[in-house]
Amino acid sequence: MDAGAPALAVDVYATYIGRMASNPYQILGLAKDASADDIRRAYRKLAKKHHPDVNPGDKRAEDKFKEISTANDLLSDPDKRARFDRGEIDGAGQEQAPREFYRGFAEGEQGRRYRRPAPDAAAYQDIFSDFISAARASGGPQGAPRMRGQDEHYQLSVEFLEAVRGASRAVTLPDGRTLEVVIPAGLQDGQTLRLRGQGGAGWNGEAPGDALIEVSVIPHKFFRRDGDDIHLDLPVTMAEAVLGARVTVPTPGGNVAMSVPPKSDTGRQLRLRGRGVAAHAGRPAGDLYATLRIVVGTRTDEALEAALRAWKDRNPVDPRAHMTGQTDPMGAAA
Amino acid sequence: MIGLSEVCAQVPGLAEEQLRAWLAEDWVRPLRRDGDFAFRDVDVARIRLILDLHREMDVELPTVPLVLSLLDQLFATRHQLRLVLEMTDSPFRERLAEVLARE
Repeated sequence: MDAGAPALAVDVYATYIGRMASNPYQILGLAKDASADDIRRAYRKLAKKHHPDVNPGDKRAEDKFKEISTANDLLSDPDKRARFDRGEIDGAGQEQAPREFYRGFAEGEQGRRYRRPAPDAAAYQDIFSDFISAARASGGPQGAPRMRGQDEHYQLSVEFLEAVRGASRAVTLPDGRTLEVVIPAGLQDGQTLRLRGQGGAGWNGEAPGDALIEVSVIPHKFFRRDGDDIHLDLPVTMAEAVLGARVTVPTPGGNVAMSVPPKSDTGRQLRLRGRGVAAHAGRPAGDLYATLRIVVGTRTDEALEAALRAWKDRNPVDPRAHMTGQTDPMGAAA
Repeated sequence: MIGLSEVCAQVPGLAEEQLRAWLAEDWVRPLRRDGDFAFRDVDVARIRLILDLHREMDVELPTVPLVLSLLDQLFATRHQLRLVLEMTDSPFRERLAEVLARE
């Protein structure tokens, strides 16, 4: 994104990485006999100075802040401090989950919502709007410029089934306006909806911009989408798989009855034509694919076990023979 | 995206009451989903920032909105500056880098 941008920040902390001391006392500038109060004071002083979110332009601030936090975590825990003093653990102490700082999002797409001023912060002007209004006042070659309003971007998340079947949602914008957003059937994750004329106001009689709503689809518990087709893992019992059965299958349009043929293996895919995403935008309805998954469950009994033992003796099959290179006692049984 | 209770479980030392107050103050603006909140990564990071401001940097709660507003403006300005830089050619950027290095 900023590959070609000049280095705007001066590396004030270049000196720090030279001495990436892992000694928490050194990091906080403390003596070995520092009190809990000394530690807290030293940490707060440094944290104020180096917090990455108040140093957005300084790439080193995050490392520095982590270093300070780690040192503080270690020294403010008497147990860990004692273990460090005894040389049992190193300065990094315990490994912590990497934290994602706010500044990592603030200038990106997700930060957009916060970059537009909150309603009560409207009093804060910014140089760019001054700059733009100056350009507007000076006028172009043909006097006051006419300009279409800006497109405004929003994000919306919808449930899986809403995206498949279509829905209508009222969305409250940061400026308090409410927009009725119609989610068309068959909407894909990441698709952008354009609401004409719902964006920023136009200048000098020009049309307003559009509201662009990027929609993300929340994954479903058991349905997965592949274009207009929907996939589903369908649990079946051993009896249903071996003997065949008529089973009830959930689809986006409601439950549907389906036949499982006898001797169906795990992984067998059965298709319900037209039960995927409903027909939309001139495209025919997709299909629903149910992939069978045999579940043994807990309700087995001795009779079943005896039957299986007898079956096993009659049929010494090795379904892994093609993987292991061992001979299948039943020959090339697939 | 995660809900309110998940955020509280994920962020150490964050009470649900406290978070609800911040939502009411508009310090954090998650998306809405069927009458419920949907927190994105940016919202969770912002919550952690507010906790840091208050607990680690001694920023009093009444001062938090001022700090957030200043930071939001700073990030907005940086974003705009980036957009402006993207519209420039590399000879201009090189000259600009020289000028800034002298500042």
